[in-house]
Amino acid sequence: MLEIRNLHARIAEDGTEIIRGLNLTVKAGEVAAIMGPNGSGKSTLSYILSGREDYEVTEGDILYDGESILELDPAERAAKGIFLAFQYPVEIPGVATMQFLKVALNEQRKQRGEAELTTPDFMKRVKDAAAHLKIAPEMLRRPLNVGFSGGEKKRAEILQMALLEPRLCILDETDSGLDIDALKIVSDGVNALRSPDRAVIVITHYQRLLEHIVPDTVHVLYKGQIIKSGDKGLALELEANGYADVIEAAA
Amino acid sequence: MSAQPQIKLTEAENALLMAYTEQVGDLPGNGDVLVARDRLITDIKTRGLPTRRIEAWHYTDLRNLLRQVPANTNGDVKALEPLIAGSAVFALENGKVVRTAKAEGVTARGIAAMLEDGTGAFLMSPRGDDDAVGRINGGFLRDGLEIAVADGAALAEPIELQVLHSGGQSHARFVVSVGAGASARIVERQQGNGSAQALVSSVSDLTLKAGADVTWVIVQEQGVSDTHLGQINFRLEKDAKLRLFIVNAGGKLVRQEVHGVTVGEGSDFTFRVVNLLGGESHTDVTMTLGHDVPETTSTEIVRNVVFDKASGVFQGQIRVAPDAQKTDARMACNTLLLSEEGDFSTKPELEIFADDVQCAHGATVADIDRNHLYYLMARGIPEKKARALLVQAFVAEVVEELDDEPLVEALEDVIEGWLERHGN
Repeated sequence: MLEIRNLHARIAEDGTEIIRGLNLTVKAGEVAAIMGPNGSGKSTLSYILSGREDYEVTEGDILYDGESILELDPAERAAKGIFLAFQYPVEIPGVATMQFLKVALNEQRKQRGEAELTTPDFMKRVKDAAAHLKIAPEMLRRPLNVGFSGGEKKRAEILQMALLEPRLCILDETDSGLDIDALKIVSDGVNALRSPDRAVIVITHYQRLLEHIVPDTVHVLYKGQIIKSGDKGLALELEANGYADVIEAAA
Repeated sequence: MSAQPQIKLTEAENALLMAYTEQVGDLPGNGDVLVARDRLITDIKTRGLPTRRIEAWHYTDLRNLLRQVPANTNGDVKALEPLIAGSAVFALENGKVVRTAKAEGVTARGIAAMLEDGTGAFLMSPRGDDDAVGRINGGFLRDGLEIAVADGAALAEPIELQVLHSGGQSHARFVVSVGAGASARIVERQQGNGSAQALVSSVSDLTLKAGADVTWVIVQEQGVSDTHLGQINFRLEKDAKLRLFIVNAGGKLVRQEVHGVTVGEGSDFTFRVVNLLGGESHTDVTMTLGHDVPETTSTEIVRNVVFDKASGVFQGQIRVAPDAQKTDARMACNTLLLSEEGDFSTKPELEIFADDVQCAHGATVADIDRNHLYYLMARGIPEKKARALLVQAFVAEVVEELDDEPLVEALEDVIEGWLERHGN
């Protein structure tokens, strides 16, 4: 589903290279965890996959369903089914959460040539998804993310993911700022979306989240490259021994 | 006509005088009215239209900006559905009353008849030396409506005043009084159909008696080549409350003046403006507000969205009279500048002669927040739509504050429609 080939990318503003020859393949149905120490390029990778303007790809390619997505803007990528659950979702005063959800759903449907949802159908979908994630209706009446706690923001991201039904889900440090109960709710939400035609990339520092969202593959990102790949056992090994051994072995 | 012009008139000024000569024969009015009209037009002839040297017109040099005056050739006007279903609709087409409505507690009569019998001669007095809008309006005035809302009447449905044209010239006048303790919503719509250029002037005089509560909304959607000169003058008596909401969403050259005084203690003025500016238009909202008596309050919030090569102006003057203690006035002007070729000028003026008052003003200018834009796009909302949502969010706050669902929805539709046509 996703194939990243020899990707090099830098910060557009100052030219600092962050991704330095990254290769990664994620198949449909797979849950891939990307782990790595701070500053290794994990969040940058998620931004580049989503199409954020602040980064420039200087070499290599990103193939999604066999086609390069480098020329697509974030909205086009989203409409093709790529979803990034942000580490720090932004607050947007003046944009009502429900209006945002409806516009996002219908704009994606429009770009895919599908009919817009009727209001009752839309309301029902939101209500059902919100109930599963224990999101109170009051929260949805507020402007987008405004005044949400850290945990509420993360749950709101997963709500969006559930409603938009993407095919490639990228979770950027979704566990940060969550207590155990919230972590369980969010993980259940993600697990409910696991399916043979959907892939999930879980970016995290810690093994903790991977106890709830069990990965098929684990990749270590360091200095902009994948330096080691393995199965879920690799995450346990990192948890026990830290990154030093893996980094040393790769050097 | 013996006085020599003291200045060399511009093409537009000459066209204006020519238009008067052509029209004066069939403009309504008795002798007094005619003399007054002549005086107003002679003022224009001898002084010319105001330039930037006139303080009140400093950012809108009317003499240079008004390039053409269209002849008074009017075609058919399409009828307009009211903004809010069920409204009592009064309509003017090309400056003449064509439709009136009946509503309980509301009486109305045509201004043409008041001019004919001379009782309307008072409408021919300009506000002052710099009142170009009043002079043009009075000089060419054909018709309009005097509307009275009875004491204690609580109007369930809004009154909608439609000022429509099909290009050419249109000059309208409204004299509205809202009785003691009465409440009303009044929607004034300024709109043309077709693409023929128009010169429109529309002046309203509004009096709120003690305890009256009025929401007056002006929706200006003139065509891209039209000149719109609007003016609303109001007086607030004891404990009267006026919410004045202006949406500018059209026109090539727009001047909307608001002149008010609080003459009764406890009165309150809430002023909100949404300026949606695009193309090569120039839009000026000029407000003067006199807090003339103690314990009156006002808030003014102006939100501007500037696209393309549009330019905008807000002049807000608040005067607090020497004995108007406990005045509380707060003014803000916020601009979303979406084009490097657009501009917006803000001039707040506080003239405070009392010592126990609260007065504040502030102005901000910003562009769309890139992080907000990225977030919306990352959810599949195309850039144009995402920008429109963020622009709407910027003005939504002042619209929602109206707290009147049909009105809020109607204005949101106007704003959304404009953004769909103009979003870059």
